[in-house]
Amino acid sequence: MHRRTLIGMTALSAAALLALTACSGGGADNSDALTSRGDITIWYSNNEQEVAWGKAMVEAWNADHPDEQVKGQEIPAGKSSEEVIGAAITAGTAPCLVFNTAPSAVGQFEKQGGLVDLTTFKDGASYIEERSGDIADQYTSADGGYFQMPWKSNPVMIFYNKDMFAQAGLDAENPALSTYDEFLATSKILVDSGAAPFAIYPAPTSEFFQTQFDFLPLYAAETGGTGLVEDGKATFADEAGVDVATFWETLYTDGLAGKEQYQGDSFADAKAAMAIVGPWAISVYDGKVNWGSVPVPTKDGTAAEETYTFSDAKNVGLYTACKNQATAWDVLKFATSEEQDGQLLELTGQMPMRADLPAVYADYFAANPAYAQFGDQASRTIEVPAGSNTVEMLQDLRDVYTKAVISGDGDLTKALQDAADKVDALAAK
Amino acid sequence: MSSTTGVRPAAETTGSRGPVSRRRRGSLTKRVFGKHPLGWLLSAPYLIFVIAVFAYPLVFAAYISLHDYFFSAPGATVDRPFTGIDNYVTALTDPRVLRSFGNVGIFLLINVPLTVVLSIVLASALNKVVHFRAFLRVSYYVPYVTASVAVVGVWLFLFNGGGLVNSLLGPLAPDPSWLINSAWAMPTIALFVTWKQLGFYILLYLAALQNVPKELYESASTDGAGAFRSFFSVTVPGVRPATVLVLLLATVTGANLFTEPYLLTGGGGPDGASASPVLIMYQQGIQQGKPGYAAAIGVVLVLFVLVLAFLQYRFASGKED
Repeated sequence: MHRRTLIGMTALSAAALLALTACSGGGADNSDALTSRGDITIWYSNNEQEVAWGKAMVEAWNADHPDEQVKGQEIPAGKSSEEVIGAAITAGTAPCLVFNTAPSAVGQFEKQGGLVDLTTFKDGASYIEERSGDIADQYTSADGGYFQMPWKSNPVMIFYNKDMFAQAGLDAENPALSTYDEFLATSKILVDSGAAPFAIYPAPTSEFFQTQFDFLPLYAAETGGTGLVEDGKATFADEAGVDVATFWETLYTDGLAGKEQYQGDSFADAKAAMAIVGPWAISVYDGKVNWGSVPVPTKDGTAAEETYTFSDAKNVGLYTACKNQATAWDVLKFATSEEQDGQLLELTGQMPMRADLPAVYADYFAANPAYAQFGDQASRTIEVPAGSNTVEMLQDLRDVYTKAVISGDGDLTKALQDAADKVDALAAK
Repeated sequence: MSSTTGVRPAAETTGSRGPVSRRRRGSLTKRVFGKHPLGWLLSAPYLIFVIAVFAYPLVFAAYISLHDYFFSAPGATVDRPFTGIDNYVTALTDPRVLRSFGNVGIFLLINVPLTVVLSIVLASALNKVVHFRAFLRVSYYVPYVTASVAVVGVWLFLFNGGGLVNSLLGPLAPDPSWLINSAWAMPTIALFVTWKQLGFYILLYLAALQNVPKELYESASTDGAGAFRSFFSVTVPGVRPATVLVLLLATVTGANLFTEPYLLTGGGGPDGASASPVLIMYQQGIQQGKPGYAAAIGVVLVLFVLVLAFLQYRFASGKED
């Protein structure tokens, strides 16, 4: 019996080793894919507006390219798009293009061997840089390649509920929200007057990406466009970082910001008088909230035309699993042409990452003044740190933020320095 | 087996080699597959399932835990160097990982005893109920079959600062409130999971209770035992195998806690006070692209659960001698 068990276990181990060997074996040869043409599949986001744009774009392409048909699909459901794409890369089932590739995930996708460097196309770098201008620099890889096409941004600003401001006796058209002191004083009035349960309610949870919607925009504004990591070193443990963290800590300590997870949209549900969101929200809040928008605050106040913020960009990736990459590159250029960018702006309200955006679509911004401020803001955005450790860096910062800022536990300066030390170590890898 | 092959020695020496080799093959087949090879055939589907779904991933996890591993595209040339026990050393010295094991320890200390006690008591009560029996059984089972995602919203509403629980408690309510309180977050999750899983364990006990002979209750009653005494002297020993099963299942599922800290406390908050090892594995392995490190945590978790399960089996099954 023992002998049979031994034989069985040996067989099992052999099977496992065979499987392991199989896992590390070779794969498809993609050397011809770069110049190959034919039908391709693309994924786009599943929100109503982007689905409408995606379908129209695919229809327009297919009408003129009967031999290179595009099949458009919504990104399959999952905990997040990034996890779905990551799994598809591993399985070799990624589509040719994903019009919803988060910059924070690009480094990992690149490390996985899942993304095509767009500079391998003859006009790759020139097309991207001509379309996006200087802002394209933020999306280069360590060796200067482009593993993502800068596509669209949602520069975040402060949305405020005009009715609540008026109810609290505040100036709803020109609210005092420029400096930290003004913002805190306004917040206190909003809550003390009973106009709003909370002044603002950024998600107080521990997910890495929440950093992008509280600390990061204000740090970008306070520093005039400095990223969390510059030249391989964490920047955020400096005076500006401490000022931003202290500002948020005061909001939490004074009960002006909600510390508990809220199920739903606190701004739309009138739980908070303000929110940090991008232009995608305009159509969402239309008819539900009488809103206005202002740039994120800084310690001493910064003019709107000089204020930086977080981009909340989504880019396009061309994936190595694609058999017809030449077609995919052409579709990518078609989808980011001036005409299609205009359609994207029209249908989604999101900002194409195009140099001189307000001038190119002057008619649109004239007809839709609510979006004009975001169009201008789109030229002053910062991105998350590049590289394959972006998520871990953001998580390290988030961990100390939730502890020191939201819970008010421990010294802020030391907490930021602790996170900066970890980020430095990751950046050095 | 040896007597069968020994009764016809002449055939082995004088006849053709065919029967001998056939017999040797037969003997080898029997040695490998036993007396009833058909049994292997019949159990093959389940065996393949176990190998594919449990054994292979476990072996693979152990393999990648010894490497600087990451998932790559087919055909991609990547370097995954052997790192020995580096991932284990990192895991066992990482304060977040150690804290997550402490958190799950707290969870198990609350969840497992509470599950056993409540399910045995409620199953005994349900077993005696005459009216609305089916309704009550279904009522307890509904949370178990409802997706956590669906009921988490209700619990958030119940346990938030201005929620029903705090309204009832008034000045006794903790500050900060339950799910954002470092001391109360994990106990609240343990309570949630206990409530959610209770229906399943009640069903196990209800099945076990059908096997407790009625005569034992009658004898106990004749000897003057009341309901309380009967419960401890007849019911509890009578369902001991079920108790061992409940202990093991509650421990294994509890140690694999993920959904609740992911959803109820927004990613293991506050400050990691409700982070579980599986949540850390998810963050490290899936979100941060370090499956080797996540696998090392997973292997440690498997060993942790095995030790716990062994101790429970040893001391709860009555076989400690």
